[in-house]
Parts: sequence; C-alpha cells; structure tokens
Amino acid sequence: MYKVLKKEKLVPTITKLKIVAPLIAEKTKPGNFIILRVDEKGERVPLTIADYDREEGSITIIFQEVGYSTKKLGKLEVGDCLQDLVGPLGHHIDMEDCKKVVLLGGGTGTALLYPKVKGFYEQGAEVISITGVRTKNLIILEDELNEYSDKLYIATDDGSYGIHGFVTEILKDVLKDEKDIDLVVAIGPVPMMKAVADMTEEYGIETIVSLNAIMVDGTGMCGACRVTVGGETKFTCFDGPSFDAHQVDFEELMNRLNFYQNEEEDVAKANSAEEVN
Amino acid sequence: MALQKTKTPMREQEPEERIKNFDEVPFGYSDEEAVVEAERCLQCKHQPCVEGCPVHVPIPQFIQAILDGDVVEANQIIKSKNNLPAVCGRVCPQEEQCEKVCVMGIKNEPVAIGRLERYVADYNMEKGTDKSSAAELEKMKIPELEEKKVAVIGAGPAGLTAAADLAKYGFDVTIFEALHDTGGVLRYGIPEFRLPKDIVDREVEAIKDLGVEIRLNVVVGKTMTVDELFEQGYEAMFIGVGAGLPRFLNIPGENLNGVYSANEFLTRVNLMKAFKYPEYKTPVVVGDKVAVVGAGNVAMDSARTAKRLGAEDVYIVYRRAAEQMPARSEEIHHAEEEGIEFKLLNNPVAIHGEDGRVNKMECLKMKLGEKDDSGRRRPLPIDDSNWMLDVDTVIIAIGQNPNPLLTSNTKDIETKSWGGIKVNEDQETSREGVYAGGDVVTGAATVIKAMGAGKTAAENIKNDLLNKSKK
Ligand SMILES: Cc1cc2nc3c(=O)[nH]c(=O)nc-3n(C[C@H](O)[C@H](O)[C@H](O)COP(=O)(O)OP(=O)(O)OC[C@H]3O[C@@H](n4cnc5c(N)ncnc54)[C@H](O)[C@@H]3O)c2cc1C
Ligand SMILES: Cc1cc2nc3c(=O)[nH]c(=O)nc-3n(C[C@H](O)[C@H](O)[C@H](O)COP(=O)(O)OP(=O)(O)OC[C@H]3O[C@@H](n4cnc5c(N)ncnc54)[C@H](O)[C@@H]3O)c2cc1C
Ligand code: SF4
Ligand code: SF4
Ligand code: FES
Ligand SMILES: [Mg+2]
Repeated sequence: MYKVLKKEKLVPTITKLKIVAPLIAEKTKPGNFIILRVDEKGERVPLTIADYDREEGSITIIFQEVGYSTKKLGKLEVGDCLQDLVGPLGHHIDMEDCKKVVLLGGGTGTALLYPKVKGFYEQGAEVISITGVRTKNLIILEDELNEYSDKLYIATDDGSYGIHGFVTEILKDVLKDEKDIDLVVAIGPVPMMKAVADMTEEYGIETIVSLNAIMVDGTGMCGACRVTVGGETKFTCFDGPSFDAHQVDFEELMNRLNFYQNEEEDVAKANSAEEVN
Repeated sequence: MALQKTKTPMREQEPEERIKNFDEVPFGYSDEEAVVEAERCLQCKHQPCVEGCPVHVPIPQFIQAILDGDVVEANQIIKSKNNLPAVCGRVCPQEEQCEKVCVMGIKNEPVAIGRLERYVADYNMEKGTDKSSAAELEKMKIPELEEKKVAVIGAGPAGLTAAADLAKYGFDVTIFEALHDTGGVLRYGIPEFRLPKDIVDREVEAIKDLGVEIRLNVVVGKTMTVDELFEQGYEAMFIGVGAGLPRFLNIPGENLNGVYSANEFLTRVNLMKAFKYPEYKTPVVVGDKVAVVGAGNVAMDSARTAKRLGAEDVYIVYRRAAEQMPARSEEIHHAEEEGIEFKLLNNPVAIHGEDGRVNKMECLKMKLGEKDDSGRRRPLPIDDSNWMLDVDTVIIAIGQNPNPLLTSNTKDIETKSWGGIKVNEDQETSREGVYAGGDVVTGAATVIKAMGAGKTAAENIKNDLLNKSKK
C-alpha cells in the first residue's frame, strides 16, 4: 500500500515523490491535500497534492525537508511504502469564470502552486506565473510552469537568475501593466502572502491564499488548524485551505505556526543523534 | 450471613503513584472478590437492572454463572447483548443505568455490575475463551444474506458493534474509517489510564475474526462517497461517524498558543501517543498551570491527562455547581484524589496572552438562579466579579457537535438544525438503505448507547435485506 513509484530530488532540500494512491487520484482536484504518516511513530503530515495521474492511480507530492518528519519522508526510496495516506482533503479551488489569473509561489510554495497553474491553464484562462526563490539552484518546476503559463517570471533574492528581487516587486509591475486580472493566487511563506494581500487590496483584485496551519486529523475533528478569517474562526482543513487573502489574520497564523518550535528542534536533534549511532 | 452493604472495593493505584504514569488506575477484581460481590445480587425476579441497561444485558443470569463457577458461560451471556464488555465494564456510566435501578441500591450500595462485567470480560480475554467457536458462528449465519455487501462508516463503538452483528448474520462487511486507527473515541479520546488500548485492539481483532474487513484512511464524503459505495454493490450502509466537531467558547483570545480543544489535546496524547514523546514524534505542550473548561468526562480525562504530563496545577473551571457536573462520579472522585482543583461557578470570558501564548484566563463568578429547561438551576453572572486565573494552557472541553464532513457531501440525508442525522426508530435515515446511529444521531452521548444503536441498525438491515431477497 502507498508505495513510492518514483523519486526525484528537485534541489537538495526539496523532494518529489510519486505514490500509489488510486482512490485519492480518482478524486483529486487542484487545491486538495493529503495527510501522511511515514511510520508507526510518525506525525500526521499535511502536504499538497502537486500532481495526480488517474490512469496510473498515483499522486505526486513535493516537499521541503524542514524538520523531522519531512526529512524522514525524504529518505524513502522507490519501492518503500508509507505507513498511512489519506485524502483528498480540503476544498479545491473553484476555477470557473476566471479569464486571467496571476499566480505567485514563494520557495516550496511554488510546488503547491503548480497544480493550480496547470488547472487554470487547462481550463483556458490566461495564466501569469511568478515564482521566487533565494538563489538560482533552488528554482523548482521551471519547465512545468513554463508549459502551463502564458507568462512566467522568475525572481531570485540574490539576482543569480531571472529578475533580481522579490516576487512582490514583480507583482507590483504586473498589477500596473496588466488589465482585467480576475484573480491573484499566492502561496508561500506567510509574510509573502501577507505582502501580496496588502498589494492587491489596493487594486481591489480578488486574491486567494492557501494556508499551511498546523494540522492533526485534517477532517475537522480537532480544531488545531483554526485561523481567523473575516473575524470568524475557521478550520483550515475543513473550510480551506484556500481563503480570501484580504480577510486572513496572518499575524495569528504566523504565531500559531511557531508554537511547537522548541519540541520540533528537540526531535530534530534527537534524530540526528539516532543517525550517528 | 448478612449481606455486605457496600460494593466490594476494587484495588487501584495510589493517587501519588498513578499521576506519574499512564497505566490503568483500577486493577479489577480477583476471582474471590468477584464471587463476594456476585453474592450480593438478590436475583430479583423482575430484574430492573436489565431494563436499566441500554442493551439489556441479562445481568442476574451472568452474575449467577459467576457464582456457579462458570465464568466462560457468564461471558457468553453478556456477549449475547454486548459485544464490548471489557470496554463497557470500564467506561459505562453504570450509576445512571443498570446500577441506578438495582434493588440492592435502595437501602445499600447497588451491586457493582460494571465491575463484575469487567471481571468476566478480562477473565475470558486472559484465558482466551472470549471467542465464539467457528461452529457457533456458522450456526448464526443466514444463508440468504451471505455475500451481500454492507458498508459501515466509522470504526467507533457504534460502527464496530453494527459490523460485528452484521458479520454474524452472514453479511460481507467492510468498515471504512477516516483515521489511521480504529476505535473512534475509545482510541483517540478516552485515555490509556481509563481504557487500555490493548483492550480496544483485542475487541477489534475479534471483530476482524468474524470476517469484517477494515479499511483505514478512507474519509467517506472525500475519498469515496455514499453514492459510490452503492454503485460498488453495497446494499446497505451504517453511518457511525460520531460527534467529532469540537465546540469553542467564542471568547477573545481563544486562538492564542496554548489553547487546545479537548479533542486536539487528547488526540495528540492518545492516538498520536504524545505521552511517549519524543519516541513518538507528535508533540504536545503542557505548561505548569492548566485550566480545563467544562466538567464532563471529556474535561476530567483532559485534566487527569495534563496532570500526568507534568502540569503542577490543574483546574476544572465550570460555570455551574458541583452537583451539576455531568462527568461520572467515579471520574470526579479520581480527579479530586489526583489533586485537580475545582473552580466551580466560574465562567471564562476572555483568554489573555503574552507573546502569543496564553498567560491568564479571565473568569466571571456565577451564582445559581431559577431552573432552566433542562431542570438544572441556571447559572447567572455576578456583576463585576471578574478575576484572573494564571495559566499557561487552556483546554476547552465544553462538548462536540456532529462532524458535518459526511453529511455536507452526501445528498438526501436529512439532518437536524444542530447537525445530527435524523433517523426513525429503526435507525434508518431519510435515505433508503442508509442507517445511522451513535453520537452522530444523538449528539455526544455514551459508548453503550452508541453500541445499542449499532445493534438496532444491524438487526433492521438484516430484516430489510431478508425481505428484499424474498421478493
Ligand atoms: C494544507 C497544507 C499543505 C501543505 N503542503 C505542503 C507541500 O506541498 N510541501 C511542503 O513542503 N510543505 C507543505 N506544507 C507544510 C508541511 O506540512 C510542513 O512543512 C511539515 O508538516 C513540517 O513537518 P516536519 O516534522 O518536517 O518539521 P517540523 O520541524 O516539525 O516543523 C517545521 C514547521 O512546519 C510546520 N509544521 C509542523 N508540524 C506541522 C503540521 N502537523 N501541520 C502543518 N504544519 C506543520 C510548523 O510551522 C513548524 O514550525 C503544507 C501544510 C499544510 C497545512
Ligand atoms: C474524552 C471522552 C471521554 C468519554 N468518556 C466516556 C465514558 O467514560 N463513558 C461513556 O459511555 N462514554 C464516554 N464518552 C462518549 C463516548 O465515547 C461516545 O459517546 C462514543 O464513542 C460514540 O460512539 P460513535 O461510534 O457514535 O462515535 P465515535 O466514537 O466518535 O467514532 C466515530 C468514528 O467515525 C470516524 N469517522 C468520522 N467521520 C468519518 C468519515 N467521514 N468517514 C469515515 N470515518 C469517519 C471517526 O474517525 C471515528 O473513528 C467519552 C467521550 C470522549 C470524547
Ligand atoms: S453494558 Fe453498561 S449499562 Fe449494561 S450492564 Fe453493562 S455496565 Fe451496565
Ligand atoms: S436489580 Fe440488582 S440485585 Fe436485583 S437482580 Fe439486578 S443486579 Fe441483582
Ligand atoms: S486539522 Fe484537526 S480540525 Fe483541522
Ligand atoms: Mg514535526
């Protein structure tokens, strides 16, 4: 069950895995996510479904190795199996009635953005993609994004590739130059999503962000993933993960994402100790 | 010999010891203790205790079997009505059910029916005599029903019971469960020290032995829909998805770090085994001062769990008075023994924090007024009585509503305004062939009521499909 079919390191810290999951592949739409456990003692880890193949009965995930669980996941090889995999969870993004979309991805956010880019493009919308990373060798999915975008802008913080600067700087120009943008979608680090939201609010353009709140079950049972949207408490897994960017309380989200920092660091340390042994 | 007036005590771990571990608190009766307690039963002709039990366990009969020295037979008698006696003997609110109406209880303490039930179940589990033989199972099967497929959604007590009975009738039964493990609240809610998980495992194994297939990690409504299950040839369905949607207080500060729903807190500790962190990788953060809001079983479980995880001061904060606390008296007693402090007649109005983490809970003192619709005296706020409780963790345990995930993704299943699925007296929903029971129908209730609903549904599914196959 849940066997790894294909593995690819996109950059040293970002890995792509294709996994056998026929039921999930059957139902997936852009914006859905899964929850997996690598092994018996593992956490439940939410990850976006980056791609799916209904015929083959597989899904693809792309993840950054940030801590214990994602590092462990990154160690799986072709033929290995996950302990658990459940999905597709969350609401998909409604893509109808969108003629022109700007999609922004920051860092690994680009991986989460990709299924939406593809979805909008295949549905006939004009797609402008903007992706940004720290430096050239962290760029991911360039070819794929190119294939499904009418325009693709790439930014690096250090100017080693594409445009020198942040995605928001590109967005500033795009908002000035392009007319009739129906929708902006931004996925990435919370400060980046917040900056995008502030910018598009001035132009009154509808904007969607996909939130990465800490989750446990992913089915609405625990409330760990609660966020404040428009002054109301919402469960990211059940009501989201996509929300109206202009309504999200980003500070609260950022604070909640840091709650387990000490424990996460401890586990990461304990783990590297295990490996030494 | 005069009859013993009080229940035979059950030995248990001392409070100062047990708050340092997650092992079960009571040890259970020895053979001798069980016989002493069984002798207290008057073998009443009219058996009021049986009426008091939601699934009508033949109580005097199983107690007689203990006295006759046939504990295996006692188990068969219980199992004729109750598939999960090791669970019910531990967690049933007996004082509200079978023991409430026990004749012995009029002048003295009632017979300890729950403890005896637990004794019988544990005895047979240990001896390996808790299973029905293949021949017995074969006899129960109804030939017309074999190979007919029935789906059970949710592996909590309602679903497990329905599945077991359906399998005994001969159906080809599959359980679909959203989480990565079985048991529902028995697994993720009720802590190890009250219900050891190897008991849940054994009960689940027994159900698998009946031929039930269990498919984990399937969220019905997402991974598959009810319509698709019908298309795949399932001829009937039982929905037992529970009441897993946590309620919050809707007061300022509730999204600060350190504020948990009881569901999240208990799920981290029980299902994800955070009490064995860092061996198990899911963290839980418990500070030194923990306030648990609410006074039901869920609140007591949360408070006692927090204590075991090392919290120094653990408070139960409840807006009503002691006699109105909904938790089982045994659990309240255990909590008191373990040093949980009760701050009754206090209503939280705000949670305050520093650097994003809770540090105080603001409470308003209450007094009791007139009786309300539920017959309980209504708590009324005392003006300007606000005060601050120093805390670094708050656990909200004020109840759960049915989880809307399945119903919001399924056509033709009517629900009530608060989300509960509507059923008739056969447990059938507004959609033909779809039955439901347990907390998703009643709202948060009890294990035994959920099991009773599962049993009723299984029987009606059997009758329904038998009638259809005869047509
Ligand atoms: C709906 C959703 C989709 C996501 N999709 C992707 C994706 O496609 N690719 C990707 O690289 N990442 C994605 N993430 C983030 C990913 O879940 C976290 O990076 C991962 O859980 C970190 O686990 P860890 O043990 O490796 O790191 P840790 O060291 O434990 O944590 C690092 C940080 O990750 C976050 N995190 C930790 N545990 C959780 C949790 N249970 N749920 C959510 N966040 C957590 C916290 O902010 C934490 O500080 C997604 C998150 C959500 C909620
Ligand atoms: C902490 C706590 C302590 C309690 N203590 C006691 C006690 O001492 N005594 C007592 O009698 N009662 C107690 N209760 C109440 C009792 O546990 C419940 O009434 C009982 O578990 C209800 O059973 P159920 O089968 O209806 O639902 P649950 O036990 O909630 O099981 C439902 C199952 O369905 C699954 N599910 C949900 N949605 C889906 C879906 N869409 N697809 C597939 N699967 C799904 C869930 O993951 C879960 O496994 C307690 C409850 C809690 C939370
Ligand atoms: S199942 Fe519960 S109510 Fe019924 S006899 Fe056993 S303990 Fe009593
Ligand atoms: S009511 Fe009490 S004393 Fe009478 S038969 Fe039942 S358990 Fe025994
Ligand atoms: S992750 Fe538990 S409710 Fe969203
Ligand atoms: Mg982690």
